[in-house]
Amino acid sequence: MEETFGNYSVIGKPMPRVDARAKVTGEAKYAADIELPNMLWGQIKRSPYAHARILNIDTSKAERLPGVMAITTGKDFGGFRWGWSRETRDEEPFATTKVRYQYEGVAAVAAISEDIAEEACDLIEVEYEPLLGVFDPFEAMQEGAPLVHENRPGNICVEYHWAFGDVDKAFAESYLVREDIFQTPRMAKGYIETPAVIAYWPGPDRLVFQGAKGSPYFPYRILARCFNLPLSNVRVIQPFIGSDFGGTKNDMTHCDFAAPMLAKKTGRPVKLVYTQFDTLTTDLRRHPMWITIKTGVTKDGILKATYLKAVADGGAYTRMSPLTMFLVGTCMTLPYELPNFKYDAYNYFTNNPSSAAMRGHGLYHSRFAADVQLDMIAEELGLDPVDIRLRNAIENPKPGEVYETVNEVHVATCGVKECIEKVAEATNWEKRKKTKKAEGHKSYGIGFSAATYNGGTKLSAHNACAAIVRVCEDGSINYLTGASDVGQGSDTVCCAIAAEVLGVGLEDIDIKRVDSAFTPVDPGSYGSRVTVHAGQAAKNAAEDARRQLVEVAAQQFSVTPEEVEIKNRQVFVKSNPQRNMPWERLVRIACYETPGKVIIGRGYSTQGISLLGLADLSKGVGDIGTNYSFTAQAAEVEVDVETGVVKCTDNSVIAHDCGFPLNPPAVETQVQGGSYHQGVSAALYEEFKMDQGQTLNPNLIDYMRPRAYEAPMSKVLHVVTNDPYGPFGAKEASEGSCCSAPPAVINAIYDATGVWIKDLPAQPEKVFWALKAQKEKKQRKK
Amino acid sequence: MKDELKELKLTVNGRPYELKVKAKTLLVELLRNELKLTGTKVGCLDSACGACTVNIDGKAVRSCSVLALQANGRKVTTIEGVADGDKLHPIQEAMVEYGAIECGFCTPGMVMSAKALLDENPNPTREEVREAIQGNLCADEGYVKYIEAIEIAAEKMRGGR
Repeated sequence: MEETFGNYSVIGKPMPRVDARAKVTGEAKYAADIELPNMLWGQIKRSPYAHARILNIDTSKAERLPGVMAITTGKDFGGFRWGWSRETRDEEPFATTKVRYQYEGVAAVAAISEDIAEEACDLIEVEYEPLLGVFDPFEAMQEGAPLVHENRPGNICVEYHWAFGDVDKAFAESYLVREDIFQTPRMAKGYIETPAVIAYWPGPDRLVFQGAKGSPYFPYRILARCFNLPLSNVRVIQPFIGSDFGGTKNDMTHCDFAAPMLAKKTGRPVKLVYTQFDTLTTDLRRHPMWITIKTGVTKDGILKATYLKAVADGGAYTRMSPLTMFLVGTCMTLPYELPNFKYDAYNYFTNNPSSAAMRGHGLYHSRFAADVQLDMIAEELGLDPVDIRLRNAIENPKPGEVYETVNEVHVATCGVKECIEKVAEATNWEKRKKTKKAEGHKSYGIGFSAATYNGGTKLSAHNACAAIVRVCEDGSINYLTGASDVGQGSDTVCCAIAAEVLGVGLEDIDIKRVDSAFTPVDPGSYGSRVTVHAGQAAKNAAEDARRQLVEVAAQQFSVTPEEVEIKNRQVFVKSNPQRNMPWERLVRIACYETPGKVIIGRGYSTQGISLLGLADLSKGVGDIGTNYSFTAQAAEVEVDVETGVVKCTDNSVIAHDCGFPLNPPAVETQVQGGSYHQGVSAALYEEFKMDQGQTLNPNLIDYMRPRAYEAPMSKVLHVVTNDPYGPFGAKEASEGSCCSAPPAVINAIYDATGVWIKDLPAQPEKVFWALKAQKEKKQRKK
Repeated sequence: MKDELKELKLTVNGRPYELKVKAKTLLVELLRNELKLTGTKVGCLDSACGACTVNIDGKAVRSCSVLALQANGRKVTTIEGVADGDKLHPIQEAMVEYGAIECGFCTPGMVMSAKALLDENPNPTREEVREAIQGNLCADEGYVKYIEAIEIAAEKMRGGR
């Protein structure tokens, strides 16, 4: 636990998070906790149909209900459309002519109480003409299938065809070629905090918005365009965020449009809070994907070529699907050397709720397929799973060198070999593999995997971020950021970075979280970008403030600035530490001595892929990340061969190369959480059951999420590679283990039972039938 | 009829209240909307996520699944009543020190489940700790550090640290 890294004063050692006290006492305010005087309650009217034309919306009865203050429909938005990028603006705040998924919003009400708002929604009469729909990509791709968007023939949302090297030649030269089909489930993002928002207009052209948004500058931009306001007049104030794993809390929901519009109409603050039912039926989901993977290897198990075909259910609107399909392909050439790679991606519109980014975005689908297939290949070749991974794993480039993949992904540091070796050692792999364990009707097995994830994601448009470090005249410090901590711990590490640079303690830094009226713009919390980019901005801002103070100190000591050091709140001359003064005194001198300074440090993110250009999504060339984390994982499972129930045991080890662990316990929780909640859960538990666009398990009882009782007490091992493209060497933590967990668990189930579960999740029923089929096959052979 | 107000007497965080509530008012609605104790969170209203866990007479209860009137004459403790002024309860302290808390949305419920456990059973086994927080869904941190923090707190409360 008390492991420390590097020779630093603040970073690299365990530190309590800066927001933990507010959260553990209940003082932390989340969006739903905010209440304003004169506030109204809003409610969304939703479509019961998954695909229907809207013929008429009659709000007159609802308007007459006492207590109803305003009603809005899509028409109020004057044809406004929005989307993830300029090219994909295919969604209206409320459907005006057609609904494309069940419970899509068609109107919203503001009333003096929640009950009245709900009753008013029931009184809104909507006339629909139900249409035939398409409910999976295979229906959507049929000739003559109903179109989700009339201007999108074939229901194709995204299509990519990439080719690097010569896959066909490599397959012909391979000793073994295997083709398998895998399937990943339709999953909820899993946050407990549902979308919630409160909005009001302090003046006719000024909007204030406080919502549960993990990327608050998304609504900042979208609402400015929607209400035709200059950005300067949109004030987004960030409450605490109860997790966000991509999608819904990045971009918009119906409530994010309803609250500002209803507040504008009524002149009063309007608050909307989604129920868990709303969340589980309408929020963005992880794409379900059907993956065909064909891999060729030499006799020694060296990878020669992979062909990957991914078919995805994009749902009703484009949202982030172009990025998802890119991410499914881009890192197939990591963490193993792969000289030839071909990828065909197809993402179809359907009449299901939209799919989007989720922790482990994109890479999780293809890594699951590839790392399970690697175990299948190892078995065919008589190789050990650890051995085949080590044979193919990318070496850590020498300092100053960069490894380039065949699709021009650039890696400056790669600790995957060290990760694999550490996990093998910690689990006593050699010995463990040879001892088969079975007790009564329980069978035990262990599985291995390795993965990568791109950190510091940079997309097109405004992707820079900045920080301001304000040193107050008494020596206390404000760190102003546009970045959001949705639970990953970035607020703490960014404060720690500022403290480290300034030579003060973490307790001296007071964070000022997002208020777009004062904080610098930031892209948002996605793509494991915050620590890498906002962390660098914090470092640069603190260095700027430090420079200003060091100049003053140099004058005071009559030395050059290079000779001044600040550490542990002491300012001193490096060559003669006896000549020193306390931090507070230096700040006071700087501020008060004529003419006096105001110490404000400013810093921007400059790191990363801008040097190499942005990735081309359609061709699959180039980086989307600034640097890449690496993970290896071993998971043991206990399979009840009578019931098919699979449980992870505490014999679970994950080694993670996050570059440099700025706050080691935070890296551990991120890695443990990423593995369990979004990885193991995909492997064993979670799946939306659908029928003709209707979600059959829209509550947290029927939709099973992983709980404490089944949680493996995973041990996390740190691998330090000090990446040159991250602040103090840092890369990402957590998304890598979302990708390594599913293959490790599925490989472990095979080790325990001899059964491959290729379509996730391995819920008991599925495992039970697979075991039964295996037994019958064995009996027939006898 | 449904809006008829009923009398309710209860103690919340040591303070006695005499209130009038609608019969259908849930305990969580009373706490959050009337008493403004928003530390208790609402996740699902199905008794499935545990974010609304409070203690009633020392037992961990989902406040979304009891009516306010069912707390009549009882002692309710919410997350706001756990610390002793500025001094955190050992459970809270362990969760902060040990780095168990990520987004924090499940934290109040997790603390209340742990408190009910340790008040009743100062020396729980790991299985008992797991069982006590089985009803508390976390979205992001993997439960490992929550379980370990509760064990550390238990040891501290027994005078071990």
